Amino acid sequence: MAMAEQERTFFEYLVYISENHSPLDFMLVADHIDKFFFGTLLTLEITILSLFIGGVMAVPLAIARAYRTPWFNGPIWGFTYFFRGTPLLVQTYLVYYGLAQFDFVRESFLWGPILSNAWWCALITFSLNTAGYTTEFLRGAIENTPKGEIEAARACGMSQSRMMWRIVLPSAFRRALPAYSNEVIFMLHSSVVLSTITLQDILGVGRWLNGRYYLAYEGFVTAMVFYMVLVFFISTGFRLWEKHWLGHLRPRDIADA
Amino acid sequence: MIKKKLTALGLAGVLALASGIASAGDPLRVGVEGAYPPFSWKEADGSLKGFDIDFAIEVCKRLNRECVLVEQEWDGMIPALLAKKFDTIIASMSITEERKKKIDFTIKYYNTPAKLVSKANPGFEGTADGLKGKRLGVQRATTHQCSAEKLYPGAELVLYGTQEEVWQDLASGRLDAQLSDSLQAYEGFLALDAGKGFDFLGDAIDDVECQGVGAGFAVRKQDSALRDALSQIILDIRADGTYKAMNDAYFAVDIYGG
Repeated sequence: MAMAEQERTFFEYLVYISENHSPLDFMLVADHIDKFFFGTLLTLEITILSLFIGGVMAVPLAIARAYRTPWFNGPIWGFTYFFRGTPLLVQTYLVYYGLAQFDFVRESFLWGPILSNAWWCALITFSLNTAGYTTEFLRGAIENTPKGEIEAARACGMSQSRMMWRIVLPSAFRRALPAYSNEVIFMLHSSVVLSTITLQDILGVGRWLNGRYYLAYEGFVTAMVFYMVLVFFISTGFRLWEKHWLGHLRPRDIADA
Repeated sequence: MIKKKLTALGLAGVLALASGIASAGDPLRVGVEGAYPPFSWKEADGSLKGFDIDFAIEVCKRLNRECVLVEQEWDGMIPALLAKKFDTIIASMSITEERKKKIDFTIKYYNTPAKLVSKANPGFEGTADGLKGKRLGVQRATTHQCSAEKLYPGAELVLYGTQEEVWQDLASGRLDAQLSDSLQAYEGFLALDAGKGFDFLGDAIDDVECQGVGAGFAVRKQDSALRDALSQIILDIRADGTYKAMNDAYFAVDIYGG
């Protein structure tokens, strides 16, 4: 610090400003930015995998709910009510810390490869959680299939299953798309729960940085920026997707027609 | 009605600000953790107990100020002190150079070494080589996080918000070892049912750079008058026998240390 101004290289000058005169020590963040990229990979990995698994689960569940299938409708309603009615944080704690309390769980064959591992606990909980939400809005979309489309399908002689795959589901997916983009963004935001069960996701790395250097903001602000960038890509992606899939619903100019 | 109340509160706030620095009559706001038995823990009814808590209450008594214990999660402790959520931290915080860049400390009020804990006879040594590839748990933002990263670079570091979560995962077998204060490890885990079959791994670690020179109370840098008053009180408590009484309520050995 006693160094004369002209003896400093530009880099040392940056470090000095960053440590002493900046509200955020940005050079410290820059030093550890690779960790944030690894955190981003983990965040994306769990978010995308759980959305995929949850989404695949949701399709049959939503169909069973929409058609009030006997035997299945009640339990599925209970499942979605549980996962939509309780916080994801509590669900994750229950699976990670809760199950570990029981000897029979720790002695079961599932403990070693799956339940002792925070990554798997998170993936299971997140998948079930997003399956709960997706089931319900997909059910709504299926129930709102215009009567005319179904009558037309019947008139063409389609079987029940062919009608489901060719007519009902494709049009329900389209109607559900805007709601699904919200679900994806919520899931990304909810994934901060990962850092509470020892996983080094984006927030986990932020908290590591804060903890290592006893800081208040640097880790959180950096994590926020990373989440914002991710959300930007997701919402842009969905806007393009909606344009593509829902294009036929856009009002048109007479001249186009 | 509510609005009126808010205005009144606001006014009280302005008045409090206007009256400036804390006088002897103001309560002393003490940041404590509440998840670090036997130094501090929370009873089922929400009350705080422990060695740190007793110490805080004794300090307030001697300062002739009312005590307001402010619970704060560990990794936000120093930021909260700087944001003036409380005036001092009495939460087993080790005095280290890294922390001294941000805050100031009193003299130490106790000093116990850090040790590794693992299953008894784990089949590996508590060294950098022995812990290579092993899952090593530490509480986030502690001196132990600092030491673990420095001394055992090959270990897979697993970070927790509270020490109690570290014990849970060590007991359930998710961790191969953990690094923490040896006394807390003994009283808060090894001596309990949950700690059966576990033991210290190796001797106290030697790392003054990370571990510092014992635990002190933390204050903001500009509050040097408070710091000196608190340091004097620690000396008094140590000298007049009060320390021994508080110490013996929790520990079989004198934890003041060398």
